[in-house]
Amino acid sequence: MGLTYQSTGKLTSRVTLHTKSATYDYVIALAGNPNTGKSTLFNALTGLRQHTGNWPGKTVQRAEGTFQHNSRQYKIIDLPGTYSLLANSADEEVARDFICFARPDATIVVVDATCLERNLNLALQVMEITSKVVVCVNLIDEARRKKIRIDINKLSNRMGVPVVATAARSGEGLPRLLEAIEDVAGGCILPKPKLVRYGQMVEEAVAWLEPRVRDAVGEDINARWLALRLLDGDINLVKAMEKYLNDREAVTVIPVAREGWA
Amino acid sequence: MSSITTLNRMSNGSFALVTGITAEGLTRRRLLDLGLVPGTKVEVIRRSPVGDPIAFNIRGAVIALRREVAGQVLVTPWN
Repeated sequence: MGLTYQSTGKLTSRVTLHTKSATYDYVIALAGNPNTGKSTLFNALTGLRQHTGNWPGKTVQRAEGTFQHNSRQYKIIDLPGTYSLLANSADEEVARDFICFARPDATIVVVDATCLERNLNLALQVMEITSKVVVCVNLIDEARRKKIRIDINKLSNRMGVPVVATAARSGEGLPRLLEAIEDVAGGCILPKPKLVRYGQMVEEAVAWLEPRVRDAVGEDINARWLALRLLDGDINLVKAMEKYLNDREAVTVIPVAREGWA
Repeated sequence: MSSITTLNRMSNGSFALVTGITAEGLTRRRLLDLGLVPGTKVEVIRRSPVGDPIAFNIRGAVIALRREVAGQVLVTPWN
């Protein structure tokens, strides 16, 4: 079961992608680089035994599970492991489309405590799309063994989103992660992610394009991020918009993009 | 000292500092996403039997690149 047109096409997307059904209070997405323990965390939270293994593209399609916390029902989606949301492999498109168009109530970015710097790229990219982010610094036990110390509070201050250290294998840190998820999904905490500022030329173009994009697609999709992708000439994203947005929205935003490119 | 070469020309076991990426478009994006930004130290780990692809240690992860792609990463040897 993946993001097929039939399951997620625009006719049904409002129902299946947005998943605001009576059965679940919140929808949570799990994103992260390959090999950061996303699937282990997914299994620890849901009690499922989704197969975990170590090869590229293992979780190519999303896996879904549910769990309960403080009498709320959560639906959690395990996205494929990716280094980026910008290049255009099938994995990355699945992850990007879900975060961007399904708009989960919170996105957990799982990062590897033993090589934090290579993982933060994806965290920043997710933070550009949505502010409802919790960063989960996983494999903290492994990091301790390697004598790596991570200042969780400082990381949280610098990024502007909640950060929790976990070792999903042993269950360490999971209670605090659940609290953070609840706070962000329920709106008790409104994270203010520190965003990347680009060069003057890019920012000027974004300033011009962003309000026009917002007029076209409304408040539901992050207009700044969309404007940046349009400036990138990201043709695959335009195709995805045709797939997920209402006809009216797609028809109005694409000419805006063309104008922006010109 | 700062002789510029490309990543595919580095021998196994050597280290290199990234100085730039000549690739464009998607390949460029992918290389940057893998952590190959200027100033990054890369270790050449090994080559497959036919010499292609080549495995590198990039910021703590082992990543194999095709020779053609590695040839679009500008580096200076680091010792």
